[in-house]
Amino acid sequence: MAILNARRRNPSVRHYDSLGSRVFDVANTLVLLFLVAITLLPLLYVLAGSFASEGEIDSRSFFLWPERFVTDAYDYMFAGDTFIRALLTTIMVTLVGTLVQVGLTLTMAYPLSKRHLPGRVLFINLVLFTLVFSGGMVPTYLVVRELGLLDSYWALILPLAINPFYLLIVKSFFQELPEALEEAARIDGCNELQVFWRIVLPLSKPVIATFSLFYAVAIWNDYMSPLLYINDEKKWTLQVLVRQLTAPNADSANMLGTQSSASFPEQGLKFAVIVLATVPILLVYPFLQKHFAKGVLIGSVKE
Amino acid sequence: MATDLVPGVAPDTPKTKRPGVPRVARKKPARRLALLLRHRWLYLMLLPGVVYFLVFKYWPMYGLHIAFKDYVPFLGYSGSPWVGFKHFDELFTSGDFSRLMINTLVLALLTIVFVFPAPIVVALLLNEVRVSVFKRSVQSLIYIPHFLSWTIVASLTYLLFSADFGVLAGFINDIVGGQRVDYVAQADWFRPIIVLQLLWKQTGWGTIIYLAALAGVDQQLYEAARVDGAGRWRQLWHITLPAIRPAIVVMAILTSGNLLDTGFEQIWLMTSSLNRPVSEVFDTYTYYVGITQGAFSYATAMGLFKGVAGVFLIVGSNWLAKRLGQRGLY
Repeated sequence: MAILNARRRNPSVRHYDSLGSRVFDVANTLVLLFLVAITLLPLLYVLAGSFASEGEIDSRSFFLWPERFVTDAYDYMFAGDTFIRALLTTIMVTLVGTLVQVGLTLTMAYPLSKRHLPGRVLFINLVLFTLVFSGGMVPTYLVVRELGLLDSYWALILPLAINPFYLLIVKSFFQELPEALEEAARIDGCNELQVFWRIVLPLSKPVIATFSLFYAVAIWNDYMSPLLYINDEKKWTLQVLVRQLTAPNADSANMLGTQSSASFPEQGLKFAVIVLATVPILLVYPFLQKHFAKGVLIGSVKE
Repeated sequence: MATDLVPGVAPDTPKTKRPGVPRVARKKPARRLALLLRHRWLYLMLLPGVVYFLVFKYWPMYGLHIAFKDYVPFLGYSGSPWVGFKHFDELFTSGDFSRLMINTLVLALLTIVFVFPAPIVVALLLNEVRVSVFKRSVQSLIYIPHFLSWTIVASLTYLLFSADFGVLAGFINDIVGGQRVDYVAQADWFRPIIVLQLLWKQTGWGTIIYLAALAGVDQQLYEAARVDGAGRWRQLWHITLPAIRPAIVVMAILTSGNLLDTGFEQIWLMTSSLNRPVSEVFDTYTYYVGITQGAFSYATAMGLFKGVAGVFLIVGSNWLAKRLGQRGLY
């Protein structure tokens, strides 16, 4: 059995030696390298552009390596308070939002995973139906307004508090946990809440990590919610700022609350703000990557 | 509890009782209450989530009825007068509907033709890679764009394709010559750019489901095929493709169910006054007339039409998949 598995893991066991087959391998490698290149080049170009001088950007004389490295764009970005405020707002909303969303998802998924719970099917159908049909943008907007959440940070969190797909995946993960452990805890006098807190959650750390990251990335990247629910410029998130700065005819100096001058890096700012909004995602990406293949597929393969 | 004392109405009276049928055919209220009490902690945990779904999912569904009213915020849901199908009449008779429908369907068609097959092709190419380190590295790099926001993607597009300093626009211009073209502003280039963005952002991530299906293929099938003299192409055709067919069907159903769901953020971010005739779709127009202009009822009618059509599409494509002998979603 071990030998079989080893062979399965090691694709080189497959023998292809005809000429056509080798030509294909080379071509295939080149195609895939090309895909990697077009994936990464735009990002590297923006990174290079954020350190290029205005003159170089205007004349398009660089691609991946500016002749002269300048940090004007970043200096201006951090000089005014607009960027810092947007950054702090986004970090705060992301942290609180992720906590709320993961908390709600876990507490709802656990009872739904108990097959013996009366009414369980009703509640699962309540969730499933929302995957097929929804009230849509305007009625949801009206509910948020009715609740007095317009221009409140909660409007960026609560309407998206539970992702039904994630909920169902976490639910099927809980169903897979060994029942005997929970049973033992119950015999020791734990109630369901204690079982959940002391037994189930510690066993679910990888799943919690995965979905925390997924929720966090979703909030960080969200542009629609602030567009719908936030009018106050002081409450802009980073994505809104990126949009405002990179949109054609943006009045960047005024927006950032700095003085416009001859050396103002009008174009450089567009590159810098993209880099600053992307870097956090790329920082968590390795952790995301470690978990997501597993996490995403737990639910989709079963059922 | 009262019913306990009246044997005549209980389900387990001798008259109705058949041999072999368990006594607990129907639960009595008292037992039910006991069950609820026994599971009180579970129900307590369920409560916040259920409240979320009721408030943010089902309350908006109730709010959909303003599509049949002239909703005035001041009067509220109940005070606003009923107007029947007025907003639907307006929607279907004004030029809006056909323009939105055409724009939405063209984008959907382009998505099906160019965006849908891309991850399948890439997954098949990755599957043929024999050096697993190379395969894994390519995978993790091409997944990256999926995690970037549409704001970032749109901004990147502006930086690469705009006339004044877009590096790609300049590059194309150097080769083709002639006047500088502002690719991001022009109506002609709106659709190709949307497709390019979708390809760049979603192709890599889209391979994940097909690669998962391929990982489950029994390698002995390949060995047996080789013994029988099958080359790589034959193995692809007879083993690999059948293995990912269920995944393709599921993705096809999901795609057709979401045909009318052009990504709001993507389209909205790429819309400009010049490309509006081709870029406006149901989602963005709903936002435009509903939120920015305050025509709540009209916009809701449009949303309701889209929602109902979406249900028909997903049910229809599922039915079609089953008719064609495939396993559907449900």
